[in-house]
Amino acid sequence: MFNDKTAKFILLAGLVLCIGGAFAPNWIVNQFMFGFARALAILGLMVLWRTGLVSFGHAFYFGLGAYAVAILDIELGVTDVFLRLLAGAVVAGTAGFLVGFIMRNYRDIFFAMLNTAISMVLFGIVVKTESLGSTDGFAISMSTILGFAPESKYPLFVIITLIGLTSALLVNFYLKTTVGKLTTAIRDNEIRVEYLGFSVAHAIHLKYTISTILAGGAGALMAMSLGQVDPESMINWTVSGELVFVTILSGPGNVIAPFIGSLVFEVLRTYAFELAPQAWQLIMGATFLTIIFFVPGGIWSLLEKLGGKKNAK
Amino acid sequence: MQNNPPILEVRDLLKTFGAVVAAKDINVDISKGEVVGIIGANGAGKTCFVNMVTGYLAPTEGSIKFEGKELIGLETRKITHAGISRSFQVSQVFHSMTVSENLMIALAIANNKGAQALSLMDTPELRRQLDGVLDRYKLEDHKDSTVSALAQGVRKLLDIAMAVVSKPRILLLDEPTSGISVEEKFDFMDIVMGALKEDGVTVLFVEHDMEIVARYVNRVLAFYQGEIIADMPPKKALADKKVQEFVIGKEHHKKKK
Repeated sequence: MFNDKTAKFILLAGLVLCIGGAFAPNWIVNQFMFGFARALAILGLMVLWRTGLVSFGHAFYFGLGAYAVAILDIELGVTDVFLRLLAGAVVAGTAGFLVGFIMRNYRDIFFAMLNTAISMVLFGIVVKTESLGSTDGFAISMSTILGFAPESKYPLFVIITLIGLTSALLVNFYLKTTVGKLTTAIRDNEIRVEYLGFSVAHAIHLKYTISTILAGGAGALMAMSLGQVDPESMINWTVSGELVFVTILSGPGNVIAPFIGSLVFEVLRTYAFELAPQAWQLIMGATFLTIIFFVPGGIWSLLEKLGGKKNAK
Repeated sequence: MQNNPPILEVRDLLKTFGAVVAAKDINVDISKGEVVGIIGANGAGKTCFVNMVTGYLAPTEGSIKFEGKELIGLETRKITHAGISRSFQVSQVFHSMTVSENLMIALAIANNKGAQALSLMDTPELRRQLDGVLDRYKLEDHKDSTVSALAQGVRKLLDIAMAVVSKPRILLLDEPTSGISVEEKFDFMDIVMGALKEDGVTVLFVEHDMEIVARYVNRVLAFYQGEIIADMPPKKALADKKVQEFVIGKEHHKKKK
């Protein structure tokens, strides 16, 4: 699990980030927390994308993860970061497993838009339900860590970083297993996979469920980082679009890519907003177009080219 | 026709698409070790028959038993698990991957059933098996080439090699030599049939090339309008009047002249 280049880089990056974060200003720590929290969802979308599937509705699971944290906080007073994360991942993963029975039968635009439809149902329910906070959402109390209440955001940053990088290691391992290797194979030729004796539906179901667990975890971590949840910034279809945007920006080449892509996205959005508060979407849109036209393999492919790798995947 | 008890028993097979009858009254037994050539003009029902045996198409009526077990209703992958595999007229491979990666996936699926699919794919044992397959199917020189860059013949070899790694007892090949040049076809078939003979695989292959049929099979099933019109050894079949008229088309050419 730890003996390839990617795994070694992840371990080293984890160490550097955890030490570096102690000396970094708050705004940088925040950028990393938001970026790495979102990166978990991107990691899941990357697994789907490698299989040839794009979901425009993963805000459903992102939102479920975030709202699980909020409801646990309000109803039961649960503040522990690990319990909150577990709840977010389990709620989203369970929903993803159940929805997966439908999704595994669909491909292309139908897969993408069915996910959107389901996320919009949740959005509609939350917006219209007072007990779920309606359009205002909920504020969330500060997270505690095994009973300890941190005074700064640094401990939460360390936890998010370690959870993010551990997830990257696990997905990296998964992609080297037989079923993990079936990502590109399914995208290329489902008929052959079936005739080799593997169920494409089962493989897609597993990948879908993994992606929903990661999206739920991402939502939970984002809720804890922001200290609030609301339907507009957690469940709306624009959030799903944002996740797809970052996935394309990152590129599917490596499990490290979602973390780099998410950070770039955070920085880009912050500065775009600062530079042009009324037209920041214009800058984001132009960036998106540039990526699609000139770097279709995302930032990772650019890094590979700069690193002199010829066979960028 | 055959001395061994049949491993594949096909009874009263019928396939219709609306008013079109693609296959009817198909009754045939295949014994272990046979090499059966399936011949017929375009639309005669050859590929339809292969598709029904391998679960790609569900018959309208009839029964297909493999080693006594009914295959109808089984999903394609379950038929593969049962011991029947196939290659395709148009090679069904993973075009963005290399030859080695294609074969590694095929080997990994064959070796890692159920929860084992969550174990690492690239192991020394799998590499050893990969070298064996590359060697037997003469694919070593292409092992690092991406499939999309390969010639048709190499893709066909890869398609067949991938179908065989699950160690099937019956292999169905759909037009194995289509798209392969006249100069290469015998070399190609020598590699394929040599490897399959070593494994003792029962082979059924759809073929339009009568030279290939005459050279490699020990039994011929001739299809015409969805029915089997001849089931006999190749020499006899190729000389048969009905086969000549409806499959090879000699009568037709004579009349034209």
